Amino acid sequence: MKRDIILAGVGGQGILSIAAVIGLAAVESGLYLKQAEVHGMSQRGGAVQSHLRISDSPIASDLIPEGSCDMILSVEPMEALRYLPFLAKDGWVVTSSKTFDNIDDYPPEEEIFNEIRKLENHVLIDAYSIARELGSQKVSNMVMLGAASEYLGLSQESLEGALDMLFGRKGKEMVELNIQALKAGNKG
Amino acid sequence: MSRFVLLGDEAIGQGALDAGLSGVYAYPGTPSTEITEYIQKSKEAQDRKVHAQWSANEKTAMEAGLGMSYAGKRALVCMKHVGLNVAADAFINAGMTGVNGGLVVVVADDPSMHSSQNEQDSRFYGKFSMVPVLEPSTQQEAYDMTHYAFDLSEKYALPVMLRITTRLAHSRSSIERMATREENPVKLPTDLKQFILLPSIARKRYKMLLSTQEKLEWEGENSGLNRIEEGKDRSTGVIACGLAYNYYQEVAGDAGLDHPVLKISQYPVPATLLNHFIKQVDRVLVLEEGAPMLEESLTGVLDNSYQIKGRLDATLPRDGELTPSLVKKALGISTEFAREVPEIVKNRPPVLCKGCSHIDMYNALGEALEPYDPGRVFSDIGCYTLGALPPYNAINSCVDMGASITMAKGASDAGIHPSVAVIGDSTFTHSGMTGLLDAVVEETPVTVIISDNSTTGMTGGQQSHATNRLLEICIGLGVEEEHIRVMDPLRKHHEENRAMISEELEYKGVSVIIAQRECIQTASRRLKSQKSKVES
Repeated sequence: MKRDIILAGVGGQGILSIAAVIGLAAVESGLYLKQAEVHGMSQRGGAVQSHLRISDSPIASDLIPEGSCDMILSVEPMEALRYLPFLAKDGWVVTSSKTFDNIDDYPPEEEIFNEIRKLENHVLIDAYSIARELGSQKVSNMVMLGAASEYLGLSQESLEGALDMLFGRKGKEMVELNIQALKAGNKG
Repeated sequence: MSRFVLLGDEAIGQGALDAGLSGVYAYPGTPSTEITEYIQKSKEAQDRKVHAQWSANEKTAMEAGLGMSYAGKRALVCMKHVGLNVAADAFINAGMTGVNGGLVVVVADDPSMHSSQNEQDSRFYGKFSMVPVLEPSTQQEAYDMTHYAFDLSEKYALPVMLRITTRLAHSRSSIERMATREENPVKLPTDLKQFILLPSIARKRYKMLLSTQEKLEWEGENSGLNRIEEGKDRSTGVIACGLAYNYYQEVAGDAGLDHPVLKISQYPVPATLLNHFIKQVDRVLVLEEGAPMLEESLTGVLDNSYQIKGRLDATLPRDGELTPSLVKKALGISTEFAREVPEIVKNRPPVLCKGCSHIDMYNALGEALEPYDPGRVFSDIGCYTLGALPPYNAINSCVDMGASITMAKGASDAGIHPSVAVIGDSTFTHSGMTGLLDAVVEETPVTVIISDNSTTGMTGGQQSHATNRLLEICIGLGVEEEHIRVMDPLRKHHEENRAMISEELEYKGVSVIIAQRECIQTASRRLKSQKSKVES
């Protein structure tokens, strides 16, 4: 079992939380993990990504080679496209449809969606609306994790367990909200 | 013992604690910040009262670390690569004094300049000061080598550099801990003159340092950190330093390569080991993260019969960090399939946060400067450097910590008036105060704006030494009190702020304008934590 995943988004959108949940679930399931993330300058509203690798055998590189990533999991649709050179031929793009427009030359939404639809394996999901219905747009990232969960090779229980460990400190309601988001994403 | 997931930076912090650390000294800098933050948050470090407060800059950190070592205890000093330029005087001379308690200096380089103004390779500093350098490949090695670095430091009574790069610093993996060692007791150096670098003593110390080099090479041959891994395909031998080793392993595993490998994680690299390895193979590919330092030492300036491939002959790019894809290409394997980035994808550079005080400061400054020709704003290192980008286009320089004030002074000396410096509060106490003193002494016409958001923002909001001290510092340095102005950078005060800057721009002496409003990020975190405290 081996999964190479690129998490993508804009600084502040919570991709490191997604990484933390998958990472914890993987390690608790006895898998090897390497996860490279971006700190510093780019976190200020710039493009950010994380290379996340889980495997049942030791992992050498912290970075995923081009053309070999199993999934790009993105919380922003244009950011999903930025890392296409890494995607394997049969890889999946799973992305939120909610755009984050903080630049002057942001392309028209439809053009971005058209590029995503050109890919054989894609999931385009309105995570923002789903999260808002649950009561907080902030859990959009967990809706996205839910949408990707069946391709991850990790059990639902291990992901929920990781959420409990990570958000337990913030109270039971917070854990429950994140689990609801995870489930809603999985259905969507 | 326990197995847990840590960033490379955090693994170093834990490794130092387990090796019997008594104090960490550092100034925040990407990608090194999380080492000190990890120790600050560690419960065992708090229980043991391990020193973990931030220092004013890397030089004060290095010197305090040396002082703790003088007293017999183990100290860790952490910085980013350009921080070592600031600490270089202390670092090089610590090689001369040697140490008493173990002293480990972690330097985190940033090839590809993700968050830095250059990509200098700190291994050169190690060679320059003739102290051992360790370069781990993995998080586990980062942990283990921190332990070993303290042993090595105490064995040879020398500081030891631990060199990492961005990818290891900011990548997580699980590590296994070893048993914790007791801290050292206070114990003065046996020779109380060891640390006095008067010429007569320094000459002796230098001879000692030179004579130790052979022993350091012996360590590099026998520690197990530099090792040859046999391979059947001797057409190419791969020398892989630090993190680059991982990329070769990745590529070789996928493509079924079996070249002999010399893994390098300790410097000085023994010449015997290199010669032994090179004789086994037809040609050599050198993989190193950063500058082609080892490669250059192999190629030298003479024609020789060995084929050395790497960054110098364009087998690999001369600049930027390595990636598995680049290593693959260097080994002659093509990437069979890779999509292009669609043309519609636009760059998304970092920006100042919505509501940031720097924005209001730049808006007021921009308007106040409208009557003058452009090109007179010297700035510095921090979030406010993002003022270089549209829509602000507000600054004309960003060179090194503190250079805004001194460059503004030099430009003013040359006849540019008004000449403006924009510097952050933490950068000001890091390296701006001495430059301001130069201007005060000469009464140089400069307008210095200290954009005070009461934190070290770009690195994630660490405590700033300047908080609540700026006014007193400026008065103490001799700036005339009527030309120390304080503004509240808010949109509603725009007109008065602009007028204040306009007035000071016209003044033919030293003015300091403190634009004071808390960082929007730290403010929102503070409010959140206050709220949760009230609720619980």
